[in-house]
Amino acid sequence: MPLVWPLLLSAALFGIGVYGVLARRNAVLALMGVELMLNAANVNLVAFDVWFRDVLVTGQVFTLFIIALAAAEIGLGLAIVLRLFRTYGHVDVDRLGGEPASVPSREEAER
Amino acid sequence: MSTVEVLFLLLSFLAIGSGILVVTTDHLVHAALWLVVTLGSLAGCFLLMTAEFVAWVQVLIYVGAVVVLLLFALMLTRAPTGPDSATSTRNRPVAIFAGVVTTAVLGVVLVDGFRGERIDVEGEPAGAAQPVGDAIFRHWVLGFEVVSVVLLTALIGAIVLSRRDQPRGEVAERPPEGSG
Repeated sequence: MPLVWPLLLSAALFGIGVYGVLARRNAVLALMGVELMLNAANVNLVAFDVWFRDVLVTGQVFTLFIIALAAAEIGLGLAIVLRLFRTYGHVDVDRLGGEPASVPSREEAER
Repeated sequence: MSTVEVLFLLLSFLAIGSGILVVTTDHLVHAALWLVVTLGSLAGCFLLMTAEFVAWVQVLIYVGAVVVLLLFALMLTRAPTGPDSATSTRNRPVAIFAGVVTTAVLGVVLVDGFRGERIDVEGEPAGAAQPVGDAIFRHWVLGFEVVSVVLLTALIGAIVLSRRDQPRGEVAERPPEGSG
């Protein structure tokens, strides 16, 4: 199999992921774009590892590490998105950044 | 062209097509479901590149866990599920430009650097469970431990972030909550 095929697949997936992160309004959908980009990196690593036949299997071990880190990233990212939803009432990344619609006052927060 | 190559091409096109649907579909839930197709066909690609262990880990963790987490997040943020629920931002042309340029630059560099090289998929598999496990627990064990600590920290952080705020000292005094 030509080495170029998996490399082109990973380039295309990475571009799709970049588009997804930049163009989606919903924060969860932006996270899906990040997942696509991480998977593009995985395809690249596995392809080079199989091509190079590394004794230490570096590419595949790094792929496994990236999968674990992606799980950590998605857990933390979704916790942040939930927090955003509780504060702002929506997860639209275009409308974030200003004051939340209803800032809980200190007394309210302490109650 | 061998069977492996034909299958790899088919799975690649499936992955790219469903990837495009992930970022363009109008239904929020459909995006998560198309992500399953993308990740599954990528697992097939790994399998065809003889990286068996990575392929099954991909199926278990990505298709099994990550997509379920994403669906949970969509539900917990009370996302609208009808059509037109997943609209794009105003800067969509810029995003298209950025995506196309990224793909073009990466593609040109990679094709220019590695034209004519071939992967040997007929011989001995490169990624059976035993060699990968040997490599992880002999040569990469430090990285493995670090990744596990990172995962633990991230999950504790996720719990801390998603707890509801409770004022300090009042937790013990709270009356037991009723059935609600």
